[in-house]
Amino acid sequence: MGSITTSLSVAADGKAEVARTLLSLRNVAKHFGKNIVLRDISLEIAEGEFLTILGESGSGKTTLLRIVAVFESASSGEVWMGKERLDQQPPYRRRVNTVFQHYALFPHLTVEQNVGYGLRVAKQPEAEITERVEEALAKVKMTAHAKAKPSRISGGQQQRVALARALVNRPRLLLLDEPLSALDANLRRQMQVELKSLQREVGIAFVFVTHDQEEAMVMSDRIALLRSGELEQVATPREIYSRPATAYAAQFIGHTNLLRGEIGGGMARCSSLSWPVTQPDGPALFSLRPENVRVVSAGSPAPPGSVRVAGTVLHQAFHGATELIRVDCGGLVLVARTPALSGSRTKVELEFSAADPVPVRESPERI
Amino acid sequence: MAVTLPPLLWVGVFLLTPYLLMFCYSFWSVTPAQTIVHAWNLDNYRELLQVRVYWQTLLRSMWIAARVTLFSLLLGYPLAYFVSFYAGRKKDLLYQLVIIPLWVSYLVRAYAWKTILGSDGVLNTLLQYVHLTRHPLEFLLYSPFAVVLTLTHIYTPFTFLPVYAALEHIPRNLVEASHDLGATPAQTFWKVIFPLSIPGVLAGATFAFVLSLGDFLAPLLLGGPSGIMISNIVVSLFGAAYNWPLGAAISLCMLVLVVSLLFFSERLEKKWSFS
Repeated sequence: MGSITTSLSVAADGKAEVARTLLSLRNVAKHFGKNIVLRDISLEIAEGEFLTILGESGSGKTTLLRIVAVFESASSGEVWMGKERLDQQPPYRRRVNTVFQHYALFPHLTVEQNVGYGLRVAKQPEAEITERVEEALAKVKMTAHAKAKPSRISGGQQQRVALARALVNRPRLLLLDEPLSALDANLRRQMQVELKSLQREVGIAFVFVTHDQEEAMVMSDRIALLRSGELEQVATPREIYSRPATAYAAQFIGHTNLLRGEIGGGMARCSSLSWPVTQPDGPALFSLRPENVRVVSAGSPAPPGSVRVAGTVLHQAFHGATELIRVDCGGLVLVARTPALSGSRTKVELEFSAADPVPVRESPERI
Repeated sequence: MAVTLPPLLWVGVFLLTPYLLMFCYSFWSVTPAQTIVHAWNLDNYRELLQVRVYWQTLLRSMWIAARVTLFSLLLGYPLAYFVSFYAGRKKDLLYQLVIIPLWVSYLVRAYAWKTILGSDGVLNTLLQYVHLTRHPLEFLLYSPFAVVLTLTHIYTPFTFLPVYAALEHIPRNLVEASHDLGATPAQTFWKVIFPLSIPGVLAGATFAFVLSLGDFLAPLLLGGPSGIMISNIVVSLFGAAYNWPLGAAISLCMLVLVVSLLFFSERLEKKWSFS
């Protein structure tokens, strides 16, 4: 392996932190004619990290990946890997490999030849190729199909071969473009787990592109949420879920209640609700996760620091262990996720803790 | 049954009956008084093997067809590759430009070469004008060279089309995957693009070979005595010589040759196609 690059990056609050940065994108933008696909993307990827670029279709996530893979050139900005400008090298010169959306296995080559392709074009000794191909196939449990042509194996198996074909070259960074999107739901969940454990095992940094927020949550060390070509938030799954930065992030990852209100004199007011906050005065937007809203029995004593509100049940959806309940609280509709209730209700009393609503930024419409 | 009858009848009347008649003729003979005798014998085939000019002309025709095939592939493949991979928005225009010569009459194109290659032709005039030669070059016209050149010009679009179709069918992410795995553009071409275009190459080569093997107009107009091809012999046997049985025997040999060629090229194409 090449030398590990250590870079010193200074965080916004002035504290210096030491991070082993593998790849950094600096102010990357891309437009096709008048159509702006990416604007001002700056992102650092650490050694061995599993980073997911999450976004809806048309958010620019695939374009961003293609820029890192050097299949596409950025209109402005730079891509660095250590001391090398990645975006000024032809794709066949860098130590980045890609797993394509539809696998892109060579149909005229066997599984074995597909996996050995990268080593063979690099003119490695034949004995080493055989050994490494065997090792890679064993790692993805495809040894039994080594002599098969790609058209003879299933989608999940093709997926594994594509992974082996990329990993056998020992890249420093692996790019994955929605690699699981063509698989059915069960296989997909299984592959998510396999992929994650494989990534831990090989210790290579993965940049994974998906539109599936659940997939992103399950697999990633960090999620970079992309919206209309701009980064909305980059954070760990837990952080992005519990501390979404924007209304869009809150809504895209999991369900949420968006409370639009006003802060005045240390109190936030939204419809008939009010709770103490520390933010300065002015209009404000909060995200309140449904699981933080509890259904309580009427008249029970409210614990300190909690907010109570009574309402009429609009809709009750049973999900097995939990149920989602939509409640009209005098013009404000709140959704609560509660442990399954004993039956259908018409009137309920809801409670949440004053610390639960998370202030979020507005997500303005972008064209 | 009622639906399949008309096409069967069509095939029977217009294809099978003529072939059958030709087959029968090839075993009949002709008297010196030029009447066809319906007596079954193998004389025509014997003559075909014994008279040198027949099988020599057949061999020469195959040699000409082989060169035409090679040259039209050498011209058609790079063109198809360029149009398919690098033409961008001009793709459709370039494609049409390759097709347009097919709309021009064969005779016109053959005559055009005659005016270019002749001793008073464009090329010789130019060569003398720039003092590269003092006398017109005679080998340009009425030679196998002229035939190969004209046939290559005429059949290059026929090799271009199947090669282009095959190249268009190659998923572009395979090319990206190859680059991604460290292959240079040249390695990508030889290891991915070319192998996947082989069915198109085979189809194009078959077109060029079969069509030029049976050609009789180009050798008639531009071939001269040394550029005669087997079809010219068949034409004269059916016409001036009035020896239909021998003409039929030669035709049948060519038919067998061509059909087995088609059979093998199809087998090979299947072997090289993946989907």
